Amino acid sequence: MSGQANTRLHIDAYERNWMIISVVLLVVFVTAVSVAGFMMGINVPAPQNRVNPNTVAKEGPFSTPGLRELGGGKYEAYILAGNWKYDPKEMSVPVGSSVTFYITSSDVQHGFKLANLETGEATNLNVQVVPGQVSKLTIKLDKPGTYQYICTEYCGGAHPTMFGTLTVTP
Amino acid sequence: MAASNYEMSATDKKFIAWHMFVAVAALSIGALFGPLQAIEGVVPNLYDFLKPVIQSYYQGLTLHGVLNALIWTTFFITGFLTLTTIHGLQRPLKYPKLNYVGFGLMVAGLLIAAVPILLNQASVLYTFYPPLMASPLFYLGLTLVVVGSWVEGWGFYFTYNAWRKENPTARTPFVTFGGLITMVLWQFATIGIAAEILTQLLPWSLGLLPGVDPQFARTEFWFTGHPLVYFWLLPAYISWYGFLPKQVGGKLFSDSLARIAFWLFLVLSIPLGFHHQFVDPGVPPLWKFIHALLTYSVFFPSMMTAFTVIASLEYGARKNGGKGMLTWIRALPWKDPSVAAQLLAGILFFFGGIGGITNASYNINLVVHNTAWVPGHFHLTVASAVTLSFMGISYWLVPYLTGKKLWKPQWAVIQAWLWFVGMLIFSNGMHTLGLLGAPRRTPLGIAPYIPDAWNGRLLQNAFGGVILLVAAYLYIVILAVTAFNKNGEKATTQIPVAESIQDPAASPAWLDKWMPWLIATLLLVVIAYGPQLVAQISSIQLTSPGFPYK
Repeated sequence: MSGQANTRLHIDAYERNWMIISVVLLVVFVTAVSVAGFMMGINVPAPQNRVNPNTVAKEGPFSTPGLRELGGGKYEAYILAGNWKYDPKEMSVPVGSSVTFYITSSDVQHGFKLANLETGEATNLNVQVVPGQVSKLTIKLDKPGTYQYICTEYCGGAHPTMFGTLTVTP
Repeated sequence: MAASNYEMSATDKKFIAWHMFVAVAALSIGALFGPLQAIEGVVPNLYDFLKPVIQSYYQGLTLHGVLNALIWTTFFITGFLTLTTIHGLQRPLKYPKLNYVGFGLMVAGLLIAAVPILLNQASVLYTFYPPLMASPLFYLGLTLVVVGSWVEGWGFYFTYNAWRKENPTARTPFVTFGGLITMVLWQFATIGIAAEILTQLLPWSLGLLPGVDPQFARTEFWFTGHPLVYFWLLPAYISWYGFLPKQVGGKLFSDSLARIAFWLFLVLSIPLGFHHQFVDPGVPPLWKFIHALLTYSVFFPSMMTAFTVIASLEYGARKNGGKGMLTWIRALPWKDPSVAAQLLAGILFFFGGIGGITNASYNINLVVHNTAWVPGHFHLTVASAVTLSFMGISYWLVPYLTGKKLWKPQWAVIQAWLWFVGMLIFSNGMHTLGLLGAPRRTPLGIAPYIPDAWNGRLLQNAFGGVILLVAAYLYIVILAVTAFNKNGEKATTQIPVAESIQDPAASPAWLDKWMPWLIATLLLVVIAYGPQLVAQISSIQLTSPGFPYK
């Protein structure tokens, strides 16, 4: 075996070009995701203050879940997930509102995805709801209609029935 | 590459065959529940007819996920890696009894976990996110399956060391090299799930711990969860690089680039688990973004694999008289079921790969996370690229192990095409439903929010699911008749080890050195996970009590 001495790596010309294309593609992907995330503000949730899942329904903002108007078209929505229900089950905001959602769970993990299922229009609100943590995300609602928030994480037998409704009024 | 003249002992063959038997037996049960999920969208409450044997949709879904994604894969892979070790190194296992013990532990673990699953006391699905709580036997059983596979892996390492002493300067044969990397990756990656079960879930389910931290448990789970995907995929790659070129009458296009790709998969596939947690509340966006970039980096060896495998196939097809820019594809031996299955698996994986890039794309994940898109995606990867390739491998492996001719090879070709067509129909339906907003893991037939507009897609899923069931059972019947029919035609099957166009001995020596790559793997994991592990452990709150399935 004379291989030990030979340390040159042979790369076929076609393969070299292919590898260059792969790297260029990656640069394009990274740029697209970064522009959307850091310049257009389409971002993922960040850690908030922790809560105790055993007491969260009795004390603090999640003991009175619901929509709070902040003025200037801005809202906060505190939502408590648990026992295959969202509290509140229904909400309504005028079109053009910017809503910051705070969501947590009093029992197991849940999901929270907001979409207009009739029209198939998704929103960028889709978070994992984890007991002990608060999932926070802000979205602007620019189109009127009836949106559903549905549980996207398996949470036990009645999981398929867990949903709520957000009406965006014209 | 070493000549394929070493004859495996009857005991070795039997040992590998036992892995295959358990794998296919698991698939035969797991596959039954697939169409039940798929048809549910059209005919709700099907599970009512299965009482009292199977209690619920989620018990069925747990069986489907655990048996197919965890048991079928792990048993097939450890059996297949036993073959790549013994046949690649052209020597028997150094300590066969160690490997028997490992296999015994895996079987014991499977039986222990099966009890609570069948009693509906572990209907927590194959991700078993706490604080949904299963019977301790479920966690114990899964742990034993993993530990058993580790023990088998140690057996491979001892065998490799023994071979290395006998052959101090030879290049490690490619299939053995790939198999060892697969096992090292698995042992490294499963540390996360082992820590999750042993420090949180098991003591908690036994009542020794009052609560768990569900967020940290997710972080531990996904430390294992993504490299797990590569543990499934790399054996298929070993076949695509190391066996398939021979089966199409060609050679491996580039031995050194194949080896580089495998090293990169080892180094890059662990430190990126947060891309499964992009929308988790407890992980900072900066770390999610870093893991998104690292996930993208795995795209690179995947693209190299696409090039080398297709170039190897083209080389074979042109030697068989294939002409034209794309029409050479017709000159591939499509009538060989093992080849057809693996080529079709590769085509499905093209779509799976594109979907994977989508999932990994940080904020784009906001659209698809936990929707039906996700199972649509992984049915193209683990259930196609991996499973259909394993089916293709079985079509030479079972004849090799049993000394019989494959029963009805022309049916086996039809089987591969059925899987291909069924999966195209099913996964297209799932991806589309996901984009429309349908959640995953949900019996949509009874969900109150489903619009009528989805009915066509739900029907499409059911249709695809039924075709897949037929294909799965055709596979099982072909293997069973081949293996167990006493009047079956005897035949000697050669293991189709591909040569490389370039002499492996001419590839650089650093491609056959373990230490630098192992250090790089460890280093990258420390960099990508270290700060968040420290932060999440130092702020751990064991506040979540258990919630049994109801």
